[in-house]
Amino acid sequence: MRPPSPSIPEKKFLYDALKQSLRLDGRDMLDLRTPTFTFGPELGWVECAMGKTRVIAQLDAKMVKPLPERPFEGIITIHSEISPMASPDYEPGRPSEEEVTLTRMLDKVLRRSDAIDKESLCILAGQRVWQLRLTVHVLADAGNILDCSCLAGIVAFKHFRKPEVEVIGDEVIVHSPSERAPISLAIHHTPFCVTFAFFPDALTRPVVDPSLLEQRLSAGLMSIAMNAQREICVLHKAGGVPTAPEEVLRLINVASILVKDLDKRVEAKLLEDWEGRKVEVR
Amino acid sequence: MAASIVLPGEQVPAQHVNLKLGPGLLQLSSETQQQAKSAPVIATRSGVLNHSANKSKWWVEGNSRRYVPAPQESVIGVITGRSGEGWRVDIGSAHPASLDGLAFEGATKRNKPSLKVGSLIYARVSLAHKDMEPELECFDAQTHKADGFGELKDGFVLQCSLQMSRLLLDPKHFLLPLLGSRFPLEAAVGMNGKVWVSTKEIKHTIAIVRCIEAVDPDGGGIDETNVKKFLSKLDI
Repeated sequence: MRPPSPSIPEKKFLYDALKQSLRLDGRDMLDLRTPTFTFGPELGWVECAMGKTRVIAQLDAKMVKPLPERPFEGIITIHSEISPMASPDYEPGRPSEEEVTLTRMLDKVLRRSDAIDKESLCILAGQRVWQLRLTVHVLADAGNILDCSCLAGIVAFKHFRKPEVEVIGDEVIVHSPSERAPISLAIHHTPFCVTFAFFPDALTRPVVDPSLLEQRLSAGLMSIAMNAQREICVLHKAGGVPTAPEEVLRLINVASILVKDLDKRVEAKLLEDWEGRKVEVR
Repeated sequence: MAASIVLPGEQVPAQHVNLKLGPGLLQLSSETQQQAKSAPVIATRSGVLNHSANKSKWWVEGNSRRYVPAPQESVIGVITGRSGEGWRVDIGSAHPASLDGLAFEGATKRNKPSLKVGSLIYARVSLAHKDMEPELECFDAQTHKADGFGELKDGFVLQCSLQMSRLLLDPKHFLLPLLGSRFPLEAAVGMNGKVWVSTKEIKHTIAIVRCIEAVDPDGGGIDETNVKKFLSKLDI
């Protein structure tokens, strides 16, 4: 079901406000909503909130037989579904356009960018590997669930610890967390996603992290996923307003500054949470 | 007046000769019982159960964001399309509401108001049953005069929780008079959690939107002194 288009006064007001570079929640044009993280009692469970947009990401691991064509690599699967809990505009069962974009972006940003090293997930070549299953639940949609989901996903990967496994010959012994401390995943780099929204008026500059109304009334969206080392993982622009190359490069620069900040914030939060936990066995 | 919390489906001990049930309560009809007194009353919403001093009026006060239409409530709706002689309006309820083309003051078959898809209207719910589409009218029930109902032009409409819209409609609440003393504003409050505001400058409207979101019990619920501090930080 297509979400109802905003009313005429809302449209007119938003466009007029953006012409004067005023946003409805008082942010600057290039300001992100500050993300807040809540970590669950289990490792690998994180709730990410950007303003009123809230997403939960949860990571599970189990041992399976690897794919025959890749006997040395683990398997990562990402499952994301937007239920009507996020917003009354989403229907269960029928993936909306936004849901398809979300699934594809999560796949590209977290799996295909090789952020997580799959070979380190191998336990016994050809017989046993770890299968990581990331489940993303969108709790509330107040705009930009894409950025929030990618953030929740990568933080869940960083938060998760897999049980320590000992291989003696052909035998595999899994140690419980109370016997031996679980180990973190091998993460090559941390990609973050930043979304820009463009508007039909040529003089209105693009905004970062659009709210729900800004997203509905935008003429086009561009999402850039990059890491703090200024490497671009994904640049997603599906249609929308034609944009000059200089503008795209300028926005990439803006995104890289925001991503550096995000990276520092995520590291600080993860450290804070880790200090509050007692996982070591003395 | 003792108050207790009820959940939907719980039976409520409401019994009186002239029993009047307010929002959130439903009397189950039973064919076998002959007296209305013994038909059970259950709550349909979660919230605090209240009753009047003489126990004749009972109601459930709760907060939610989804609107359930009830007759004689003023709501703000968005026109989503035409249906025959009238219009289809989205008021945030489970079913879209219908607004007849002649339900305006001074409307005749030849003289109907020109509303486009996407226009905002302020209307009164004239008919609301839980299984049927609600119906709207754009005039006062007794006088048949417009009385503020009709199309809302310009301005901006924002969404808030149902309790917030009830607070804003209360003449004793501090927020709208406080904002009105700083700059001229026009506002229409819908019981379906939508508030329309119109001011001369965009930054004033943005200030109102942010204040309402801050005072909303869902989003923190700051009080009057904090609202004044908040306003002084904004550029008005």
